[in-house]
Amino acid sequence: MKRSDLQAMARRELERQQAVRCRLLCCASTPCLSSGAATVQQALEQAVTDNKLDAEVAVVSTGCMGPCSRGPMVTVQVAGQEDIYYENVTPESAQRIVVEHVMANQPVAEKIMPSDLPFFAKQHKIVLANSGLIDPERLEDYVARDGYSALAHALREMTPEEVCAEISKSGLRGRGGAGYPTGLKWDLVRKAPGEKKYVIANGDEGDPGAYMDRTLMESDPHRLLEGMAIAGYAVGADQGFLYVRGEYPIAAKRLEKAIRTAERRGLLGSRVLESSFSFRIDIRIGAGAFVCGEETALMASIMGRRGQPTPRPPYPAQSGLWECPTLINNVETFGNIVPIIAHGADWFASVGTAKSKGSKIFALAGKVDTTGLIEVPMGITLREVIYDIGGGVGEGHTFKAAQTGGPSGGCIPAEHLDTPMDYESLRALGAIMGSGGLIVMDNASCMPDVAKFFMEFCTDESCGKCVPCRVGTVQMHRILERITNGSATAADLQILEELCTMVQETSLCGLGQSAPNPVLSTLRFYREEYEAHIQRRECPAGVCKMTEAPTLALMEALPRRIRELGTIPMSLA
Amino acid sequence: MAVITMTINDELVSGVEGQSLLTLIREQGIELPTLCHLEGLEARGGCRLCLVEVQSTHRLLPACTTTAQEGMAIQTHSERLVRYRRMILELLFAERNHVCAVCVMNGRCELQDEAAKIGMDHVRYDYLVPELPLDASHDKFIIDHNRCILCTRCVSVCDSVEGAHTWDVMGRGVNSRVITDLNQPWGVSRSCTSCGKCVQVCPTGALANKGSTVAEMVKRHDFLQWILDGREKKQWVMQNGGSEGRR
Repeated sequence: MKRSDLQAMARRELERQQAVRCRLLCCASTPCLSSGAATVQQALEQAVTDNKLDAEVAVVSTGCMGPCSRGPMVTVQVAGQEDIYYENVTPESAQRIVVEHVMANQPVAEKIMPSDLPFFAKQHKIVLANSGLIDPERLEDYVARDGYSALAHALREMTPEEVCAEISKSGLRGRGGAGYPTGLKWDLVRKAPGEKKYVIANGDEGDPGAYMDRTLMESDPHRLLEGMAIAGYAVGADQGFLYVRGEYPIAAKRLEKAIRTAERRGLLGSRVLESSFSFRIDIRIGAGAFVCGEETALMASIMGRRGQPTPRPPYPAQSGLWECPTLINNVETFGNIVPIIAHGADWFASVGTAKSKGSKIFALAGKVDTTGLIEVPMGITLREVIYDIGGGVGEGHTFKAAQTGGPSGGCIPAEHLDTPMDYESLRALGAIMGSGGLIVMDNASCMPDVAKFFMEFCTDESCGKCVPCRVGTVQMHRILERITNGSATAADLQILEELCTMVQETSLCGLGQSAPNPVLSTLRFYREEYEAHIQRRECPAGVCKMTEAPTLALMEALPRRIRELGTIPMSLA
Repeated sequence: MAVITMTINDELVSGVEGQSLLTLIREQGIELPTLCHLEGLEARGGCRLCLVEVQSTHRLLPACTTTAQEGMAIQTHSERLVRYRRMILELLFAERNHVCAVCVMNGRCELQDEAAKIGMDHVRYDYLVPELPLDASHDKFIIDHNRCILCTRCVSVCDSVEGAHTWDVMGRGVNSRVITDLNQPWGVSRSCTSCGKCVQVCPTGALANKGSTVAEMVKRHDFLQWILDGREKKQWVMQNGGSEGRR
């Protein structure tokens, strides 16, 4: 396939789409599917057939539209009219949409999601631009929206140096959490000596409540492949690996299909777009270990070894897969590549803050009116995200904390609601940008209990290689357990804090180094809650049951009792 | 071989390019504890006891896996490092059932030695007291998981020196355990050559000769260098006359 074939394909597809009077887009992403999107789509198709509308109405399954808690979502696109979003669609209302809206032009008012909702207005879609509008399983849909033209442009008109320079200039930083400048990383791999190089997309998203990467892989797989191919061209790699979390079967299936289609059409594989550049992508499915999201453990897993991290340096850019220079980026980072190459670094850099450019996808969850997947410009305040986009915490509830970055992140209290969401500001608060999990909590949440939850997660997920993480997390979890059941003492809190710093500074990989973060950040902002648990044995939020008593108190009491009684009480002897 | 200069504990020292920090530090006569690393096996960086402070970075780096570089300035025994080492040892003692008084390695155990050297007189953390088995199905050796610190020296030596790869690790986190074959009793393992290398490199009483009782087990690490030198240099000479065991 040549560039002109690509343009012809786009033209044909646009003509095909314009040939129908109305398109019914039905979300086929995991959240909507789990609330019945498959039957909704069947009902739509059935209604179209029953009413003999096949020639003028198309039912399309698409990727995620965003407001996941309102799913299943259906969008009605009528030529010349504004798109209308329907929420909580059932098979019955799907039938009504076809009969009343499509046939009689009378939208089903009670199921309409108002289009002026701040949920949509405050978002800025760069990575998710196609999500919810195209059928992820059709290459033509992607090509019709200028798909693979950025790759064609890079291959024909840019040198690898220029691609790296463009990415550097855009200010894009790694979306996996740490925020390392992407262009710099690409340049390191490009300059690294070695014949064989690799590109890896990290799709082993594991933070509780986060599903940005899954959505991207499910909703727009070709964008990811195109981004990886551009990266391959820029760093001089001919092989890519897509590491997909084992719990994401739909994503893996769609990516697999996308790779096969792209290879058949000459957009991947040998001689991409009839150039001298070849790039193969293979999928590797994870086996259920959170630590495999850590880059060195992920590479061990790709090589068929036990998924355990190894010390850095050497960094993957020097010595990665099979000791070859390896570029490893998060899938969301790769999702940003196509728009940067297509629209230019300056366009990208115009969004965001001075040090954090572009947009970030967050999985908004917890106690807000509308939960779902949002893409916002960097630097937006937490208040805007929670109160405008999310619609607030609901009447009768008070906002208490927002947890970002999952088990590696921290909690942001109400007094910092106006913090801009960028890498530096969040880090200054002891939280991190992380991969983009954002859990909103109201006053019904107990902070030591939240810390305990994340610590339990880390205990389970520690790989066991280094001592501080393997045993330290267990000890910290036990202390948190005591704090939340009423048997902790002041000494426990001190030991907990010591352990936190030690595990942070001595652990081998990011999992251990960041495992204490939820404890440290809750201790920083909600210390009085910990103290209430320990000193008064009460849980201010009313979550913890406080069924135990401190052992130390008994031990202190015992000598006194013996003195008083002159003998060891029978019950204790 | 290029010579490099660097500072260890404020003293100027020189070493050879490509050397690990650990080798260089030990060459200076500075004692740095390692429980997972053993000269002759691949560096692992798991026990975190050999962490040192390197001036150019805020992170603590394990000396065993870090290459010495020109101009590095490191500290090996700062107050913080010693404190962390003690905490790590305490965590190890709390993790499994290390009862020295009834251990075959009492008096010769590396874990016990390091704890004594650092002055660890008590453990501040909860003893986890896991229920762990002891496998005595092998004719010559036993594996007592209660004493295992998951250093995986046995896995490494079996794979890279003996070439059998009988040992591996199953499970994760605190539930990890070293296993023979695919978690079969050691005695029925068909890959095990009964060479005993794993027993000799084990730092604690987890692997021992069958029949040895409290404080009787003697382990010899020097065999490893003997084999490696023999293979590479064709010199089969025991360094300390071959009579004395460890210590």
